[in-house]
Amino acid sequence: MSTTTQSPLSRLRWAASDVATMAQRNLMAVVRIPSALVFVIIQPVMFVLLFRYVFGGAITAPGTSYVNFLIPGILVQTTVFGAVGTAIGLAEDLQRGLIERFRALPMARMAVLGGRTIADLARNILILVVITIVGFGVGFRPEGGVVAYLQASFVMLFFSYCVSWGFAYIGLAAPNSETAQAMTFPLIFPITFASSIFVPVQTMPGWLQVFARNQPVSQAAESVRGLMLGTPHGNSTWITMAWALLALVTLAPLATRRYRRAA
Amino acid sequence: MTQFAIQAHDIVRTFRNGDVRALDGVSLNVPVGQVFGLLGPNGSGKTTMVRILATILSPDSGSATVDGKDVVTQADAVRRSIGLAGQYATVDENLTGFENIRMVARLNHMDKASATARAHELLAQFSLTDAANRTAKTYSGGMRRRLDLAAALVAKPPVLFLDEPTTGLDPQSRQDLWEIIEGLVATGVTVLLTTQYLEEADRLATQLVVLDKGKIIAEGTPASLKAQLGTTVVAVTFENSKAAHEHLGLIRDLTTNEPNIDGAIVELTVNSGPQVAAEVIRRLDTAGVLVAGLALREPSLDDVFLNLTGHKAEDFVAVSTEEPATRKKGRR
Repeated sequence: MSTTTQSPLSRLRWAASDVATMAQRNLMAVVRIPSALVFVIIQPVMFVLLFRYVFGGAITAPGTSYVNFLIPGILVQTTVFGAVGTAIGLAEDLQRGLIERFRALPMARMAVLGGRTIADLARNILILVVITIVGFGVGFRPEGGVVAYLQASFVMLFFSYCVSWGFAYIGLAAPNSETAQAMTFPLIFPITFASSIFVPVQTMPGWLQVFARNQPVSQAAESVRGLMLGTPHGNSTWITMAWALLALVTLAPLATRRYRRAA
Repeated sequence: MTQFAIQAHDIVRTFRNGDVRALDGVSLNVPVGQVFGLLGPNGSGKTTMVRILATILSPDSGSATVDGKDVVTQADAVRRSIGLAGQYATVDENLTGFENIRMVARLNHMDKASATARAHELLAQFSLTDAANRTAKTYSGGMRRRLDLAAALVAKPPVLFLDEPTTGLDPQSRQDLWEIIEGLVATGVTVLLTTQYLEEADRLATQLVVLDKGKIIAEGTPASLKAQLGTTVVAVTFENSKAAHEHLGLIRDLTTNEPNIDGAIVELTVNSGPQVAAEVIRRLDTAGVLVAGLALREPSLDDVFLNLTGHKAEDFVAVSTEEPATRKKGRR
């Protein structure tokens, strides 16, 4: 029945199995809770329509149509917004005592956070597909080619995976899910709106440009946009990857440590 | 195999940088194959003790073994030997009953086929087969507890921790759960049960300890504790609280314990309830004192506390309606 073998290989196999079990559990929640599905799918589509048809006419994008400028940005914005769900979900698990149950099981210690972030990754892949399709429907014409599109997707997914770990830490540090939500909003608004996601940074006041141009979310948006459209994007891809790696090596251990102490 | 399923020696655990001593030197020896009760009010340290023994928390000092394995140095081995279920029925609300058990089975490293088979088996055993494919969100309180308990039993653990398993349940569900627990013990499982109900400890536990503020204040069999306390509470209701105080002297000597005065009601904990009740009526009638009411009841944990500690168990009634969130803050 339950295995007791402890060879490194079997441990690794079971750790992978635990991560998969937890990821599956978290994805089920997205399917089962209608509001979660709205948050994941409907909201980004609303943003696309809102900016494409309501605000977009007032915004001039340099060297391309606004819809081409917008869609790569929305992709990055959606994954950052989506990570809020990670913070709330973990805070809820903690609050309801589920984490406590997991900690009393002979499962891999990293599976709760590993499964959660993997589930996020799966959700982000879904978002990527949906936004790409909707984007094409509203006039998005990326000209960088298929390979560049896949590169851009990789950058976006890796960046958002690392962001998930930061939000996992917030979820574990918050005393309850309401606080987790309250803690994330003052963070996600400046990093997504004071960025190059929706508007060219040049239109912002000088002091804000300094922040908006250099912060990681803008770099990610620049990179994804440049790759998808086949336009010059400087070092933004390398800078994005550097930010993402930095986040991963600092926030993943922090979140893991927090998890060990939680409950 | 060890003679004791659980052994704890001088466990100390503090919270908030030492300001709160949740456990202040608790030692336990739980023999294999019986129900051992931890009785105490909210904040007495029961749950902290369970969390330490279940490897969720580590003790500040002291040591403990479960099924012969050290809870700190062999935590993973301990986790293979235990099941944990409790008051807050920690099931995933978004998963169905079947998915909940299957998830726990997979996390106990059963292969997919065994996990599925075990889930069906447990759902049937706990009369949840009809609800197997509904999300746990739709379950009643009693069903959730049964699902929680079923999940705890997935790996057939020799040691089971039940943390206030019936708090907040209706009498019928409580009765059902008691029968399930008795059935488990009959198969040789050792159960560490925390409860705030004397009746529950009395019904299920072979031995018990009473915890107050992180310390053991009494231990023994339920019968010995009750004998020490008195078996019946005689509650005499006077016209008003002034009358209660005035006439207490007439009946004070009928109990060796401290009488409890609550407004117009005077409560005496005694061994021979009916005789004392008759004597109360005789004396008060002779003195011409009007009695508004007279009742006999089983002693509650409140009464045990009052007698053992001389103070009331605080926050006592509030616990069953408390939200998990506030509970967490309160116990940290």
